[in-house]
Amino acid sequence: MRATHFCEACGKVQPPAPVDYFTFFGLPRKLEVDVTALNRDFYELSRKLHPDLNARAGSQEQEWSLQQTSRLNDAYRTLKDPIKRTHYLLKLEGVELEEQSKSATEEARATGQTKKQIVPPDLLEEVFELNLQLEELRMQKKMGEDDAALIEEIGRQKVELEAKQESLLQELKDRWKIWDGLIQREQNGQPVSEEERKQERDKMVDVLNRRNYIRNLVRDVSEALEN
Amino acid sequence: MATDRIVGIDLGTTNSLVAFMQGESPVVIPGDDGSNLVPSVVALDENNQAVIGNAARGLLISTPERAVYSIKRLMGRGLEDVQEELKFFPFRLAEDLHAGEVLRIKLGEKAFTPPEISALILRQLKRNAERFFGGKVTKAVITVPAYFNDAQRQATKDAGRIAGLEVLRLVNEPTAASLAYGLDQKQNGTVAVYDLGGGTFDISILKLHDGIFEVIATNGDTHLGGDDIDNLLITIALDDIQGDLGSDLRKDAEAVQAIRKAVIEAKIALSSQASTRLDIELPGGKRYQREITREQFEQLIQPIIDRTVGPCKQALKDAALKPEQIDEVVLVGGSTRIPKVRSLVKELFHREPHTDLNPDEVVALGAAVQANILGGGSTATENMLLLDVTPLSLGIEVAGGVTDKIILRNSTIPASATQFYTTQVDGQANVAIHVLQGERELAKDCRSLARFDLKGIPAMAAGMARIEVKFLIDANGILHVSAREQRSGKEAEVEVQPSYGLTDEQVEGMILDSFDSAEEDFRQRQVIEARNEAATILAALETGKKSSAWGQLTTDEKKKIAKLEKALIAVNDEEDYQAIRKAIDLLNQGTMRLAELMMDDAVSTALKGKKMDEADVGEGPSAPHPVAKAEFE
Repeated sequence: MRATHFCEACGKVQPPAPVDYFTFFGLPRKLEVDVTALNRDFYELSRKLHPDLNARAGSQEQEWSLQQTSRLNDAYRTLKDPIKRTHYLLKLEGVELEEQSKSATEEARATGQTKKQIVPPDLLEEVFELNLQLEELRMQKKMGEDDAALIEEIGRQKVELEAKQESLLQELKDRWKIWDGLIQREQNGQPVSEEERKQERDKMVDVLNRRNYIRNLVRDVSEALEN
Repeated sequence: MATDRIVGIDLGTTNSLVAFMQGESPVVIPGDDGSNLVPSVVALDENNQAVIGNAARGLLISTPERAVYSIKRLMGRGLEDVQEELKFFPFRLAEDLHAGEVLRIKLGEKAFTPPEISALILRQLKRNAERFFGGKVTKAVITVPAYFNDAQRQATKDAGRIAGLEVLRLVNEPTAASLAYGLDQKQNGTVAVYDLGGGTFDISILKLHDGIFEVIATNGDTHLGGDDIDNLLITIALDDIQGDLGSDLRKDAEAVQAIRKAVIEAKIALSSQASTRLDIELPGGKRYQREITREQFEQLIQPIIDRTVGPCKQALKDAALKPEQIDEVVLVGGSTRIPKVRSLVKELFHREPHTDLNPDEVVALGAAVQANILGGGSTATENMLLLDVTPLSLGIEVAGGVTDKIILRNSTIPASATQFYTTQVDGQANVAIHVLQGERELAKDCRSLARFDLKGIPAMAAGMARIEVKFLIDANGILHVSAREQRSGKEAEVEVQPSYGLTDEQVEGMILDSFDSAEEDFRQRQVIEARNEAATILAALETGKKSSAWGQLTTDEKKKIAKLEKALIAVNDEEDYQAIRKAIDLLNQGTMRLAELMMDDAVSTALKGKKMDEADVGEGPSAPHPVAKAEFE
């Protein structure tokens, strides 16, 4: 059931209900989301809730319209993006990925050390090699040199990393199916143990962490190539 | 309805315009000199009266120290931000300015803040519209560059308020332009709007979807435009003159304005000619003459127009689109008349840009469309809805002077974010929050928006308080902050110190003609209310005449009522609300017995088991004849 955002009879905007983003759109707390339908609902709700279309309403309704629309936009932004959506669901499940990352960043700052990055074991060797090459490229650029072979080699690795990033997204989507299966089982009245849930959550966290690592790497490579 | 008349205003760096929706299409309202464009120039004449627009342009040449142009460049900015501008613009800052304070610009001996100067331009537009409509205009939609930050937007809104306008919405200029274009060409697709005006540059990428105009990404530079081209040409001319004639005219404000006027004319000429001739009369009767070809001009301005490339590429990247995926490119702003700019855009987006609408007017026309939507819409704007984004990320300063981004750029607005704070020491009652806007990692490199003090936190042990702070960017792109201590449920007081803004009290004190217009507003409201009341009593009388009670009145009574009715109708069209009220009172008294009779009828009918509303309203021909009335009694 979608939360009530406006009066079905008179179309007036209602006060925002304190619900999560899934409930806002009337979606089950599952990770596979029909983005086309989500898009359609976003436009439909915008046409009812947006402040521009409620500019002549009373001040209370205008305030609700503003609150509701900001909530709608926040929910849409989060749910349409596969990574943000997974993060959000994990947060609802009590996993504070963002907090972990923040406290790691703060600790690194406090101690003056670089932030500890867990390198995915299967990438250790490659990453080590790549970082050396990036260092060399930056040095060369500073000196005004241009090593075409090195640039080509790094470019090739960038393509590989992007493919890796893509495959990790696919891996994440496979995990969604398993998670959604658990939720479905629960809805069908079959119990799901906390142990089972935790296991699936941890696996998703692991994929997200690995993907995040690759993404940062791709960003560094792009920057080094562009500058 | 007259009371709902909302105008659309383009408050430009070089020119300003006011437009409104006339039936199905937006039109620009001309000034009393017949011109659609009001130059954004403000001057004080010898009597210290403000002169605006074309009239002020003359004073800019004759008494430059009493005039100002391009004030938009200073909106929402502090002393530290404008050092670069001061090298090129003849802004005369008040001598007693301090860092962090709102700027004040001197016109003659008087000093004004940028919002006050903008308000004078807005008031001129308001007057033009009022003259056109023959009635009050109090509500407006005002456009701002998409890349304007919070302080610049707030300053624009303040200017509206000072001018006596309720600013219903700030709309981003390129988005407004897309509305004006979209009105004619209802279609779906991806559109890029390249807006290079007098002082600002914006690029916005939108998706059009069945009337929804959804901005996907925006970028820009709020200090890049035709002004920069002018300043470059002025500098070259001044160097030339010094070389040729040995006189440094930099300090000669009059001469500089004469040169500025000439180079602008040359710039415009070069958009349609292969070459032009600068011919300027200098003080002392000497002349500065120089031939300039389009090729030379294009070489000179290349570095300036190249500065638009970076923002365009970033916007495409943020939208995750390749140039080939853009269906249409729209050009907005006077500087897009320059052929070299057009070819640059063509190269960037791999297609010929649209130039069907006048690039000077399209933003104002779009503002009028948005005004129409806010006013409840019409057949022309049915189904149209604008979904815009915030151009810059919003962040909070955290430990180590680092920016923690909480709302990312290109998020659809309104957008919100919630942060939790706690206290560091036992019994701490205040928490300070520093809000920033920008993309840089360090707080010092971002724009400081405001410092918020959360006050009145209930006494608790350190770390026990849990203060929820909600940041909300509204549909104008302006930030609102609210806070609540969660354990006690107590609203924390949020005290804002805007970094370069005016306080509410300051704005209040600046409102132009506030007394006059308040009185006028009051009078108008009284007239409207009196007329509404007159309409009600006249309608009731019509009903009464058809009722059975009417037949029970004497001929004299009927004559008297007819006379009073005529008297009310006669004064109803006049602007004198007191006269209307008096006529209403007299008619009320004169129809007292009619009302009583009608009431009696209604009651007796109700007693006979009929519904009240059937009984007390006679229904024209089928209503019971007065004579037949007796049978009820």
